[in-house]
Amino acid sequence: MNADLKAPQSRSVLKLAAAAAPILLALILVPSFVGTYQLQLLTYGLISAIAALGFNLLLGYTGLLSFGHSAYFGFGAYTVAFVVQYLGPRSMELYILIGIPSVAMMSALLGYICVRHTRIFFGILTLALSQVLYSLALKLYWETGGSDGLRVPRPALLLGLLSFSGPRGFQQFIPSYYYYVLAVFVVCVIIMWVIVHSPFGKTLQAIRDNEVRARFLGIRIRRFRWIAFLVSGTFTGLAGILWVPLNGLTTPDVLYWTFSGEIVFMALLGGFRNFTGPIVGGIVFTYLKTYAVATTEYWQLLLGVVLVTLVLVLPTGIVGAISKVGQRLTRGKS
Amino acid sequence: MAILTIQILNSLLYASVLFLIAAGLSLIFGVMRIVNLAHGSLYAVGAYVTAWLVGRGIAMGVPLRWLFLVLPVGALAVALIGIIIEPLLLRPFYRRAEEYQLLVTFGLLLILEDLIRLVWGGTPLSADTLMDALPIMHIGGLFYPAYNVVVIGIGLVAAVVLWAVIYHTRFGVMLRATSQDRRMASALGLNVGLVYVLAFSIGCFMAGLGGAIVVPTQAAVLGMGVDALVVAFVVVVIGGLGSLKGALIGALVVSFVRTAGIQFFPELELAVLYLIAALVLLVRPTGLFGTA
Amino acid sequence: MILLKTVNLRKQFGETRACDGLDFVVQKGEFLSLVGSNGAGKTTLVNLISAHLQPDSGQILLEDRDITYTNVADRIKAGIARSFQIVNLFDGLSVFDNVALSIFSREGKTVKMAALADHDYDVRREALDVLGQFGLTSKTEVLAGGLAQGERKLLDVAVAYALRPRLLFLDEPTSGVSTHEKAQIMDTVSSVVRGGMVTAVVVEHDMDVVFRYSDRIVMMHEGSFLADGTPDEIRANKDVSSILLGAALAT
Repeated sequence: MNADLKAPQSRSVLKLAAAAAPILLALILVPSFVGTYQLQLLTYGLISAIAALGFNLLLGYTGLLSFGHSAYFGFGAYTVAFVVQYLGPRSMELYILIGIPSVAMMSALLGYICVRHTRIFFGILTLALSQVLYSLALKLYWETGGSDGLRVPRPALLLGLLSFSGPRGFQQFIPSYYYYVLAVFVVCVIIMWVIVHSPFGKTLQAIRDNEVRARFLGIRIRRFRWIAFLVSGTFTGLAGILWVPLNGLTTPDVLYWTFSGEIVFMALLGGFRNFTGPIVGGIVFTYLKTYAVATTEYWQLLLGVVLVTLVLVLPTGIVGAISKVGQRLTRGKS
Repeated sequence: MAILTIQILNSLLYASVLFLIAAGLSLIFGVMRIVNLAHGSLYAVGAYVTAWLVGRGIAMGVPLRWLFLVLPVGALAVALIGIIIEPLLLRPFYRRAEEYQLLVTFGLLLILEDLIRLVWGGTPLSADTLMDALPIMHIGGLFYPAYNVVVIGIGLVAAVVLWAVIYHTRFGVMLRATSQDRRMASALGLNVGLVYVLAFSIGCFMAGLGGAIVVPTQAAVLGMGVDALVVAFVVVVIGGLGSLKGALIGALVVSFVRTAGIQFFPELELAVLYLIAALVLLVRPTGLFGTA
Repeated sequence: MILLKTVNLRKQFGETRACDGLDFVVQKGEFLSLVGSNGAGKTTLVNLISAHLQPDSGQILLEDRDITYTNVADRIKAGIARSFQIVNLFDGLSVFDNVALSIFSREGKTVKMAALADHDYDVRREALDVLGQFGLTSKTEVLAGGLAQGERKLLDVAVAYALRPRLLFLDEPTSGVSTHEKAQIMDTVSSVVRGGMVTAVVVEHDMDVVFRYSDRIVMMHEGSFLADGTPDEIRANKDVSSILLGAALAT
């Protein structure tokens, strides 16, 4: 095998691993340095990152802008709540085992309806369908608890090995749950990275860039969009599954359109044209929102203004801006 | 029999309001190829402004008959917002990818919904005293406010006026030319920028008018904008985006289905509407009369 | 041996008869040029055969198999591929990925999610091969959107060619391209046709190119065929020559 044949990515996988290792190390060491509250916040950040990562498979790689991803996040959360209601046992693995196929089915169903349409219809259809789920969660109150929602108590982790009851349960739960979520996060990032660099991922990008040409390569556009939708919704749904035990409660708010907007915002903030953008956006947004909510009652207004400003001024997001600056610096050096 | 008549009248009332919203949305799309996600919020602003003005008017002792003039004022306020928004927020994005347009209007949606909360707070704002200005009708032993019939009338008049403007005036010709081929229209000397801003503000006016005329019958509440958008969307899906006729027929269909839905399965009313929309989309992806 | 045949193929756009009852025949292994003035219907014919458009009436037969009502995906599977008059590439993907995608699609590997695209060595080898034939080896990692116009044209043809079709339609492959690149494109196409690997139908305006490379020239005018023959036969045909001359002067 001559040198040309060796994949350029083999070299870049090593580079990527080298760059990611210190970050991962830092994330592993964090609990030793920060208190329970900060750790909890970071856990929420990782969960948001997973949600945004899933979302961006559709936007950044397939070119489809969904305004209804709250549907999958919320459906994941409610599925866990229903498992608690009807099956009783509180094992995190059980939640994930039942939750993932559930959100996959919901994504498949809604995706089937949505991908048949042009981009404009697609966007509003995703928004509207998530509102349908919201209205069901709100109105079928005898099942869903209505606006009060459903409680989800602390689950046992690692098949019951670790459980957290008693007066210090919460303090013990948070660090363990952080590592749990971190592990899932790492797995999600790896899986998504492989997907995006697979033949399937390249095909999605081709469809994004030039639908006509993709069709003339024999690619069945609708089918690929649908599969992308399914994978995307499943990732975001998994985030919802991870979220609800931490939050302790799920309410219809998590299905509301504003939450979909937050997911969009995360991807835009971090930059939707690269892989790490949504991850950065998810984590940064979690911190931004926490401080915004603490500062003003009208943080949604703030969010809207920042969103519009971002689109006008910084459409490639944080990571995009950084990489542009990086390019300019390296060009200056040579 | 009387109950049936009232149900029908209520459906027509709702259809009237829906038509105004959907027709505005369709007009904007037809001419500018933009879907304004904040369109429902503009409807909400119309409702709030009108309710607020009515409240002020009553507080100042203005006789009820005069307060009817507030309705078009509410709509005009929204049109004014449209005139500001289009050049500021929409024009920079005509040449860019569609995603950015949707993102900007979504940002606008967030802004408007919270601005409403900032200005008017969380308690519902009502203008039902306006309904008292008109007599109560008797329908087979039951009472029905004449105001509702006025609303139906306004919807009808709006449909006729819109149709007349679009198909029988020079301005309408300009609108249609620009919607069919923007570059050609520009090459023929039409001021496309002016057509755009006018079309947009007419669309906004209609949304605002919808809000203005509905608020005496039901108070303005937070979230009414997005709720209206979601239903208006079903209307344009069924009727077809970009078609006036589609907006009218879609509004009627949605309205009657919704009234029936509320009777028989109130929790599932929205889900049923979307089921129908999904079915229509399966059979006719561009809606019954769509140009998309 | 006849590879493709159309029977009384018609397509009308309003008043214009773009294809007026065409009986088009393509022999296996030949290099055919389709010429004629703008609006003669050449691109429409290509669109009909590649399933970009549906005919109003008539038939399209690939080796006696009726493919008239098949869709794009099926027609590609049957062995018909095309490039476009206006270059149509995946600008966000690298040159390499553009070509590799054709191969992945052809091999039915596009749904694979669990493996890295770059680690499929069979596909890599073939893609590098094709890129070599088209002289694009030095640009493999460049984004398609960043190429010069001539290179984009080369890539456009390479992408269609990588589908290894039996019948390759090239819609004005040398327009807007330097003389050197013209030769490169046409030499490559010519050599794969000679090697028996593909039959090529080229829509062209450049008469030098047409006369130098074609086995057969078909001339269209207002939806019908005006002339059909070898370059020598066409040259000898007095009426056709003058029209061609006029067409050549116009380009």
